[in-house]
Amino acid sequence: MMSSAGFISRFAPVLTIIAIIIAVWYASAVALNAPWAQDKAKRAGVTLSFSELVSDTWAQEKPKLPAPHQVATEIYNTTVMKKITSKRSLIWHGWITLSATLLGFALGTGLGILLAVGIVHSRAMDLSVMPWVIASQTIPILAVAPMIIVVLNAVGISGLLPKAMISMYLSFFPVVVGMVKGLRSPSAMQLDQMRTWSTPKSTVFWKLRLPSAMPYLFTSLKIGMAASLVGAIVGELPTGAVAGLGARLLAGSYYGQTIQIWSALISAAILAAVLVALIGLIQRITLQRMGMLR
Amino acid sequence: MIWIAFGIVFWAAMWWLNLRLSKAKPNKFTGFVVPTIFGVTILVLWECLVHGFEISPVLLPAPSAIATRFANSLPILWVDFVQTFVKGALSGYILGCGAAFLTAIAVDRSPFLQAGLLPIGNFVAALPIVGMAPILVMWFGFDWQSKAAVVVVMVFFPMLVNTVEGLKASDHMQRDLMKTYGAGYFQALTKLRLPAAMPFIFNGLKICSTLALIGAIVAEFFGSPIKGMGFRISTEVGRLALDMVWAEITVAAIVGSAFYGIIALIEKAVTFWHPSQRR
Repeated sequence: MMSSAGFISRFAPVLTIIAIIIAVWYASAVALNAPWAQDKAKRAGVTLSFSELVSDTWAQEKPKLPAPHQVATEIYNTTVMKKITSKRSLIWHGWITLSATLLGFALGTGLGILLAVGIVHSRAMDLSVMPWVIASQTIPILAVAPMIIVVLNAVGISGLLPKAMISMYLSFFPVVVGMVKGLRSPSAMQLDQMRTWSTPKSTVFWKLRLPSAMPYLFTSLKIGMAASLVGAIVGELPTGAVAGLGARLLAGSYYGQTIQIWSALISAAILAAVLVALIGLIQRITLQRMGMLR
Repeated sequence: MIWIAFGIVFWAAMWWLNLRLSKAKPNKFTGFVVPTIFGVTILVLWECLVHGFEISPVLLPAPSAIATRFANSLPILWVDFVQTFVKGALSGYILGCGAAFLTAIAVDRSPFLQAGLLPIGNFVAALPIVGMAPILVMWFGFDWQSKAAVVVVMVFFPMLVNTVEGLKASDHMQRDLMKTYGAGYFQALTKLRLPAAMPFIFNGLKICSTLALIGAIVAEFFGSPIKGMGFRISTEVGRLALDMVWAEITVAAIVGSAFYGIIALIEKAVTFWHPSQRR
């Protein structure tokens, strides 16, 4: 169990930094929104006292930078107060993004593991595929997302799958790299031991290579999950802002609804944090059961 | 039909060749030739399938069509390259990585700030930062400044986390030795801890090099002047001129690989002492 002193010493620095960030956020909201408030006051023919100015900058309808509590209210209004099936509900949009993310993540992880198994077992694949796997990531796939979406739509694939393809492309790479490293992590001594037992290749894989690759796999999965969410969000941009967190971003930027942009952004951040934390939890449980966690 | 048959035969032949080559003793030659053969095979197969199945150029243009378009529109591609990469990505990359580096050194003396910044930095590095693009475009206008700003925000935290980690990389014994030499904080920093941090710093620089290009291009989807790679991609997709889009993708891939490669080369020169650079 963690002692309370350890708890404080671990979280105090983080909380301090968060407090600083929120303070800076409020201050910049004043600085950025002040010109508009002054402008409005001038037209109304009144002069603003400092406290009036501050309260105005924190409560504008289309501020340059909304204050944290405005974003929080917007998130509360669009999640708790709206029906989930409503098109204004952030949960509905979030679910659309989440489903594409998860599908892409599953596809990417599967593809990544398959490629890694091939690369570890076949020298030809190692030599020919591995350099291209690395090169594939220098193509800014996010930039190509609009084309992929449009093309797949043209051949009749629409909805979830095109977005998931982009997520897949982004998430398979960390899995391949991590799994290749992990599957090769058993020491020469362990592999020799297996050979003295004349273990078939498949048993070596299931009993030795795969278990020792687990810690690497989970680290990769966390990166892959985060990348997958980014892919799904960007994949939603060119669909004409219909549904999803990415669509909320785009619609917000078309109509200057800054509060809406920020609330979509913060919900995406929360979603990413929850997903990564979930994988961390599975990692803890799995490694504990395998006896790899002390 | 002939196209498809040729493609399959070519693919099988090349696969067999690669198998043969990779069975041989590994040397510099096979390490270069095998992946090249693989890449060429994919291009040939692509070309054959496009002709064989008569896929409309609106869906997937053949590599030869893309190459022709690429050669014919070099001036446009150059303008876009300058706008997106040199003005947007590169300036943002330098500003962002520089700022992150300086911040890391600034918080270096305070373990309290480090303990607070690291988890938050790790968290932010996993967030969909690209989403900041519409906001920053709103703040900084349509031209390259907003793209550079997006890149700064995207590269800052990965770079910060890597540099802070790197500054911890020197071990106790080495630091104690510095102390026995009577080295001050800055001497120890420049002579021991920064060199020891270099592998981590370059790791961050490499990660950020791909992020920078992505950030600059995606930011252009939210508004840009009538040039730039992101602008060109989104408008040419609208006009269904996919060969032009693929030409831009080629530029992006070349630029991205070259950028990464240059940083990897500098890394090799700076961190020649690190085990991962040994052959």
